[in-house]
Amino acid sequence: MTQPVWLSERVQWIGAFDPGMRSFDIILKTPNGTTYNAYAVRGSEGVAVIDTVKAECAEQFFAHLEAVARYDEIKVIILNHLEPDHTGALPELMRRAPQAKLYISQSAQLMLKALLNRKDLDFTAVITGDTVSLGDRTLRFLHTPYLHWPDTQCTYLEEEFILFSGDVFGCHFCDKRLYNDKVGDFRFAFEYYYTHIMRPFREHVINALALIEPLTINIIAPTHGPILRDQPTRYIERYRELSAQRLQNEINAEEKTLIVFYISAYGSTTQMAEMIREGAEQVPGVRVSLYDMEGGDTDLFVDLVEDADGILVGSPTINGDAVKPAWDLLSSFAKINVRGKLAGAFGSYGWSGEAVRMLEDRLRGLKMRLPLEGVRIKLIPSLEELEQCRQYGLEAAEHLMGVNAPRVLEMADLLAARKQTTEELSVVTI
Amino acid sequence: MSKYNITFADIGTTVNVSRGTRIVEVAEKVGASIPFGCKENDCGDCMIEVLIGAENLSKPSPLEIELLKEKLAKPSNRLACQAMVLGDVTVKPA
Repeated sequence: MTQPVWLSERVQWIGAFDPGMRSFDIILKTPNGTTYNAYAVRGSEGVAVIDTVKAECAEQFFAHLEAVARYDEIKVIILNHLEPDHTGALPELMRRAPQAKLYISQSAQLMLKALLNRKDLDFTAVITGDTVSLGDRTLRFLHTPYLHWPDTQCTYLEEEFILFSGDVFGCHFCDKRLYNDKVGDFRFAFEYYYTHIMRPFREHVINALALIEPLTINIIAPTHGPILRDQPTRYIERYRELSAQRLQNEINAEEKTLIVFYISAYGSTTQMAEMIREGAEQVPGVRVSLYDMEGGDTDLFVDLVEDADGILVGSPTINGDAVKPAWDLLSSFAKINVRGKLAGAFGSYGWSGEAVRMLEDRLRGLKMRLPLEGVRIKLIPSLEELEQCRQYGLEAAEHLMGVNAPRVLEMADLLAARKQTTEELSVVTI
Repeated sequence: MSKYNITFADIGTTVNVSRGTRIVEVAEKVGASIPFGCKENDCGDCMIEVLIGAENLSKPSPLEIELLKEKLAKPSNRLACQAMVLGDVTVKPA
């Protein structure tokens, strides 16, 4: 059995090693496993336990905890993040230390109730600036939601300048030497973790950094991977860099960017895309880019989309569906935040033309805003239909710039338009 | 049935709707930039700010009040998936 690791006279790592883990939360590869880091802080008036571990690793956690404290000394249990890999051992810890008070983020309350399914739950919800005293040690809370769940927070040990950061600054890397100046090369794991876990919450990372950067920090103690005691502020600086825009911004503040992605079997959807661009470019301040998905790579496109203000996606309908490159592009948006960006779809079709409406539904599902119904054109666009595309591009760009004419609509018309489309589709499909 | 106007200030769009229409039903159709998640008073994604006519929305349920509190909402905030239009109102994303 491994031993607890002493960060200081009063602070111990009491977590667990999971070297055999090979994929995490389905989406992450973990080639050398991970750690679940939990900590104990001893004050003159009791002990705080900060986070726990995955249920399967509870035995290691309790052995480490018992080596540094008795259960009846535990006054406080702080949960920086409620995901089961950090709360798996919580029910058993609560059973063994029933007197301990739970401290969770203001935004974690409903989640905690759903996690523990207990009616008699007693806890304190905290926010930035709130503290809990252990006598000669004080723990201060930082409200850092959405890093990477709504419930996440950080906890700062004031007297020792240690930041218990939850998943922030963490990574999946299992090395029993545990300190960043002792373990193997984990740079890739740190970057990979940011890209897959934190990147979709870029705005929240920036808000959290504003709370963290003013602190004096000797040690960052995250819930996964190495404890960062050697030059901890370098990792904060790296988060600052990673949360900045990926691409050098060549757009001035008054301009907005619209990207038109398209793919075409016989050139009709290409013609539509080109006319949409022509229309959009009529609106001052809109920078339009046109990309053929057939010639691109979604990993590169996703960097463009992250910084774009609006995107339009054009796909023909083949076998009643949008084509795979269009779906691949849309599925890559889960890596970034596209919420609230303007979006739309268009495309040519042979007989049933489902692609556009299916893409629109998916774009709405991604929480993008679709102010206009996309253009669907049967086979080769006529001159009138190309004019319709130009008008669509123009209106999309006006919505993007916020210069569209105010509209007054009837709900009944909106409902009828949708119904008509559905009927039209079902008739043709049969 | 009585008809009222709901205006989405962020996109300059007004929709004439029947009394009792939930904001979510309209917002998605006109492409207002109010994001929706669960649409059942759980995630809080669809929080809006009511600019004019807060009294013309249905009163929040105890569950909506609980969630708004947890999300540190302002008094002018509501959830678009819960609030029903009972008079003229102007909203924007929170």
